[in-house]
Amino acid sequence: MSTQMQLDGTKRKSFFRDRVLTGLKSFGSELLTLVRKNIRSYAMFIALIGIFIFFGIRTKGLFLSPRNISDLFNQTGYVAVLAIGMTIILIIRHIDLSVGYVAGFLGAVAAILLKDGWPVYLVIPVVLVLGTLIGLYQGFLVAKVGVPAFVTTLAGMFIFRGLLSLILAGTGTIIVYDEAFKAISNGFIPDIPIEANMHILTLVLGALLTIAIIYGQVRTRRTAMAYRFEVTSLAVFILKNILIAAAIMLVAFMLAGYKGLPWSFIIVGVVLYIYNFILNKTRLGRYIYGIGGNVEAAELSGVNVQRITLFAFASVSLMAALGGILFTSRLSSASPQAGMGFELDAIASSYIGGVSVSGGVGKVTNTIIGALVITSLTNGMNIMGIDISFQYIVKGIIFILAVAFDIKTRKQG
Amino acid sequence: MSDCILEMRNITKKFPGVVALKDVNFKVNRGEIHCLVGENGAGKSTLMKVLSGVHPYGTYEGDIIYDGMTRQFRSIADSKAAGIAIIYQELALIPELSVYENIYFGHEIMKGRTIDWNQTIVQAAEMLKKVRLDVNPSVKVKELSVGKRQLVEIAKALCRNVKLLVLDEPTAALNEDDSANLLNLLKQLKEQGITSILISHKLKEIVSVADRITVLRDGASICTLDATQRKVSEQEIIKYMVGREIENIFPPRINRNIGEVCFEVRNWTVYNPAAEREILHNINMYVRKGEIVGIAGLMGAGRTELALSIFGNTPRYKILSGELRINGKPMTFRHPKDAMKAGILYVTEDRKRNGLILIQDVKYNISIANLESLTQGIVINEHEEVNIARHYQESLSIKTPTVRQLVNNLSGGNQQKVSVAKCLFAKPDILILDEPTRGIDVGAKYEIHTIMNRLVEQGMSIIMISSELMEILGMSDRIYVMAEGTITGELKAEDATEQRVMALATKVEEAAV
Repeated sequence: MSTQMQLDGTKRKSFFRDRVLTGLKSFGSELLTLVRKNIRSYAMFIALIGIFIFFGIRTKGLFLSPRNISDLFNQTGYVAVLAIGMTIILIIRHIDLSVGYVAGFLGAVAAILLKDGWPVYLVIPVVLVLGTLIGLYQGFLVAKVGVPAFVTTLAGMFIFRGLLSLILAGTGTIIVYDEAFKAISNGFIPDIPIEANMHILTLVLGALLTIAIIYGQVRTRRTAMAYRFEVTSLAVFILKNILIAAAIMLVAFMLAGYKGLPWSFIIVGVVLYIYNFILNKTRLGRYIYGIGGNVEAAELSGVNVQRITLFAFASVSLMAALGGILFTSRLSSASPQAGMGFELDAIASSYIGGVSVSGGVGKVTNTIIGALVITSLTNGMNIMGIDISFQYIVKGIIFILAVAFDIKTRKQG
Repeated sequence: MSDCILEMRNITKKFPGVVALKDVNFKVNRGEIHCLVGENGAGKSTLMKVLSGVHPYGTYEGDIIYDGMTRQFRSIADSKAAGIAIIYQELALIPELSVYENIYFGHEIMKGRTIDWNQTIVQAAEMLKKVRLDVNPSVKVKELSVGKRQLVEIAKALCRNVKLLVLDEPTAALNEDDSANLLNLLKQLKEQGITSILISHKLKEIVSVADRITVLRDGASICTLDATQRKVSEQEIIKYMVGREIENIFPPRINRNIGEVCFEVRNWTVYNPAAEREILHNINMYVRKGEIVGIAGLMGAGRTELALSIFGNTPRYKILSGELRINGKPMTFRHPKDAMKAGILYVTEDRKRNGLILIQDVKYNISIANLESLTQGIVINEHEEVNIARHYQESLSIKTPTVRQLVNNLSGGNQQKVSVAKCLFAKPDILILDEPTRGIDVGAKYEIHTIMNRLVEQGMSIIMISSELMEILGMSDRIYVMAEGTITGELKAEDATEQRVMALATKVEEAAV
């Protein structure tokens, strides 16, 4: 008797539970398959959140303070632009080891020109042109002469390291006094003149960006549905957009609570937009993915592989020049040590951001997340006072884990 | 002589969707030279891969009885250990190492724990004498001609105490003298008791060295001819190689509307810097508007090389002389892009290796060769792109859930249709199709043939390279036959028979057939 009642009770309970779960079930299972299918692209977000939580706890909240978040974005600037340039190089299955010292060298050139009294509005374009020329030289060796990129840029690494110490030999570290130049990586956008204890324009821009992104997402989804392409369910779509909006507005509030939106953030944003546009909307972008996916097929489809390789190297060195400017501005000085290890940060950011080691796959938008992961590590370990030697070891391990994880997950897919 | 060294009994080998070998029986006597002949795709190479363990025991049905015992080779190492050596066309030598290092590579002569180089050199010289190759063993392999490299490869096999030597088209890349030399060596080895299996397309050399000849056709063993008892003629071999009913499996062409000559090459001679030899000699051919021109020939005849050299793949091929005219105007192509601008498009035989970009989706692959027409300003019109991809998905019935599917996930036939869609969208005047239906099923074949007919009816010209005789005969208006880098004959469709094409492809004088 009693066992019978017990059974009935369990049955009723489980029936009730089923009813409750039914609504969530399909939603949950879709979410689960989505995560499982895209584990590769979600991994970096999970890693980023994990890093934030870890450092948040270990630094007793210091890491997550508005001031540090603001600093974090300013520090990410140079890594992000280098990584964006590197992403294209890695997609077409080359590599550029010289970006670090090209950035260091060109940053020093900028500092010297400023010291000589050149105006900022001339220094920046001159340095960017120099960067492009360096890229064309390396691209020429790789594309036309056929020297492997690894060798060309390893040599470049030595050459520009040498040039860097050469031009700073007489002076040592050069301090930059130009306020406008220093503002590039240290300044913030002005606010609209309204009395408030927060940076209003930052919040407005954050809201506008959120609306723009969600609008874009809705439009893409509509088009996809019009073409009867497979789309995620409405519930998952809404959840995704709520998360995006929350993340952007959280960042906006944090920045607004300090001094507002940094200029470097805007620079990275513009660069990101341009590269994302090129890769997704233009023929050049198509051809870059084509070369990475199958260079022979691309060639036989009429793609001029040499010219695109040349472009990729010119672009990565242009980004190195920009990175050099951002870095020199950030430190307000140029030193003979500048640029050391930047190439690892750039390559690691790209791989963490999902560029495939075998080429043909990668997104600059994800590379930015990778750059944020790398900079968060540096920043957090700096706050914790971890010795630089350990920082290298930790970064090296994270780098190799990211690549191993990438290869493993891609094999399964 | 009736002692049997190898018997392959009832061998059946299936690949997904294809039966490559059907119940094949193959018997080789000890100390003979046994030739294996057949069209491309007849199953010769597959049979040898079964023997050598490339297709390991368990992946095929049937028995291998070798040297009196039933064997189960699980890898090449197993068959090697049993004394079977296979020498492939692409030689397995390391160019930067010396001859003696190559001969003993993987079979080093040791003194304790280190290699005894002195002994190695002495023995290598001995081996070289056996194969009658007069070179210094310290010379690097890359400095030897292809013919001499073959001999080094044989020396390498001999030092491993080989009992059964398999040569896969050893003379394909050799000149007359080197070929004769190699064949003589085989006869000499025969006297020393070494059995050889020779795969060759050159019937002349087969009748001159073979003791027995086994003919394969469509994965089945047709017959074994004994040349020790009577003289076997080349014509007799050809008869067994082809001998098939012409089935009516090709779609009919309604309007045959052949116009002016629109494409022509004259005295086209091409050199391959990588292989360091001339690969095409003095080719002359033309194509008219609305015509399907078939290019027949056996593997290695130079057909793909001809297509690629026309298509502007100049880094790989150096054009020594010759002229290319389109609608009467002389042209030079430095890059495939130039050829495409002039209205030529090449669709590769190896769609996985250099045809499609597998990690991209269907619409990407369809639009890639003609993105210009989809670009407004600098932006690609993605709506238009999807519409076009869908149009071809429907008109070619490409089986894919959506055009955003990665090509990697499509079947072979559908991948080939994506290739075809790509070139339809590029709208060329002259389409070069290299093995357009290789490895796809009968239904998809028929569809692709129908599309080809439709295209020429609309005024396009097609150059079709094919190793399938039936396809050549069933589809072409005119046929060029190639052998060893030259055109050995031109046939009108109505005059062409399997025998005549095969005779030209194996370079038997036409008058004799």
